[in-house]
Amino acid sequence: MREILPYIINGISVGGQYALIAIGYTLVYGILRLINFAHGDVFMVAGLVMVYATTALPMYIALPLVLAVTVLLGFLIERVAYKPLRNAPRMSVMISAIGVSYLIQNLAFYITGGVPQPVSTPIPWISNNVVVLGVSTKRVTLITPVLTILLVAVLVYLIKKTKIGMAMRAAAKDFEAAQLMGIKINSVISFTFVIGSFLAAVGAMLYFTNYPSVAITSGGMPGLKAFVAAVFGGIGSIPGAVVGAFIIGLCEELIKGIGYTTFSDAFTFALLIAVLCVKPTGLFGEKVTDKV
Amino acid sequence: MTMKKKQTIFMAAVLLLLLAASIAVDAALPSYHIAVKVIEKATVYALVAVSMNLLNGFTGLFSLGQAGFMLLGAYAYGILTIPVAKRESVYQYFDGGAIHFSLPEIFAGFLGEGVGSTVGMLAALLVGGLLAAVFAYLIGLPVLRLKSDYLAIATLGFAEILKAFFQWNALGPLTNGSNLLKSYPAFENATAYVLLAGVLITFIVLLINSTYGRAFKAIRDDEVAAEAMGINLAKHKRMSFIVSSFFAGIGGGMLAMYMGTIAAAPFKSTMTYEILLIVVIGGIGSITGSILASFLYIFSSEWLLRGLDSGTFLGINAPGIFKNGFRMAVFSVIIMVIVLFFRKGIMGDKELPDLLNRRPKQRKKGGAVK
Repeated sequence: MREILPYIINGISVGGQYALIAIGYTLVYGILRLINFAHGDVFMVAGLVMVYATTALPMYIALPLVLAVTVLLGFLIERVAYKPLRNAPRMSVMISAIGVSYLIQNLAFYITGGVPQPVSTPIPWISNNVVVLGVSTKRVTLITPVLTILLVAVLVYLIKKTKIGMAMRAAAKDFEAAQLMGIKINSVISFTFVIGSFLAAVGAMLYFTNYPSVAITSGGMPGLKAFVAAVFGGIGSIPGAVVGAFIIGLCEELIKGIGYTTFSDAFTFALLIAVLCVKPTGLFGEKVTDKV
Repeated sequence: MTMKKKQTIFMAAVLLLLLAASIAVDAALPSYHIAVKVIEKATVYALVAVSMNLLNGFTGLFSLGQAGFMLLGAYAYGILTIPVAKRESVYQYFDGGAIHFSLPEIFAGFLGEGVGSTVGMLAALLVGGLLAAVFAYLIGLPVLRLKSDYLAIATLGFAEILKAFFQWNALGPLTNGSNLLKSYPAFENATAYVLLAGVLITFIVLLINSTYGRAFKAIRDDEVAAEAMGINLAKHKRMSFIVSSFFAGIGGGMLAMYMGTIAAAPFKSTMTYEILLIVVIGGIGSITGSILASFLYIFSSEWLLRGLDSGTFLGINAPGIFKNGFRMAVFSVIIMVIVLFFRKGIMGDKELPDLLNRRPKQRKKGGAVK
């Protein structure tokens, strides 16, 4: 037990970070039926902005700035790359998403010069070491799950109880009918991207605190894994995405723990293929006939 | 009928011209010249792009596994062609590796030095293609039941799993783990690339123009209608997937030749994205479009847009890698403009001879060319 405890703690923490990204995928997929391939890159940009902002500015300006820049980026991506293709075939929108991902990575390469940007204790307090149950770990590993649950609770409240949340649910249920009922579909979609990017920014701040550097490809893997988490939990369902993310985070760290680090990524995708073939609606997904 | 004849003659003339051009380039320039390199790389990309187009453009299966199949082809080629004498140094961490023969040397044994090693190299490419096809069959069993974006993400995931497997140390005697495979033979001039890719692309064109090809297009246009007309969906999808992967595998082997070393790292999703974007630029559903776009893309990114690196551009003054970044940034903006505003790409779903012969007789179709 003492040997695997650090991996369990890490797994829960990584799971929380995946959950924050996965919500962005699941919300967007729920409404637009689009895999937002650029979401992982938005996450990466948030990490980069954090590195730049925290070295140049005091903490109380830097952190809100990271959130603001990321939210703006998510908003712009939707307006520029997805909105003009609202009535285009699904394949075109997906290609556009891949194009945006390619663009962001190349722009980031240009700005950073292709050199991974070192992360040196951007947020000092959460990078401190603490001892839990005899295991030494960074404080961020303990904060992440708590913060994740808190944010998810707020989000669920937002979606269940507020007017914009009701509009989002309506749009996810039936895109056309929602428009006919007078819901301003474009602002609902923009709002969805804003929430997704905001959570991705929070996730990035927590995630990259544990890593030595942010590279332009850093967003790809966590992004894909978070997507798998969203599918695993049932795409379109927020609790599903969170549960899926925690399970994937835990499994991944445990696989690393037993010494098969090479396969921790492969496991995630094997899980994805298995889920899609056996139960395409995921753990908590609604039954939709046109999916598979 | 005469029109068809005219088109065939036109196409043959274009192909001969291309071949003549590559022979001329080979004769005039040394093999390390950038023009030769551009032709080689563009030819390989053209082959892979056409194979992806067969799947995405003609059968309507949105698959993102191309890099994975290329990886299989590349490794198969490398493993089978490294000369026996050099295996000791290549597999230095794995006691010379598990395989102690080299196809080019075996064939050179009874066919003579020149012919034999070429045959051996071609055989290794073929094995790579077949390996990719076998994997495509296995992967296709579960994955091809999925639709659109789920298929895309599952094939992408499969490519990632393959990449992890090839870097696994336990497979080291075969794949050299995370170390490079090198010292294998390669085609010495661009003409060889052009010839081989030309023959393979011709096969794909013949397939597309056959009854199978028409069935693929029917599936793309309307699955339900196609099934109602008696087309076996599962069989045809599987066939398209396997054939496409076969050619992607051979393309991977050729890319390995071009690159000179093989590692799993470059065969990542970005490579698939790049090929997909080439297909989109050329026009989804146009073979000649994909070929044109590959040449345009590789020519611009490797040669033409190197002008952006001159340092005077927008007053950039930084090391080479920084300027390279600028070129790719400009490039991806151009791609986004094409994706958003010229969704049909260069050719739409037309082929080169179609445009030349039919255009004057038809009413102007808005945006058919752009």
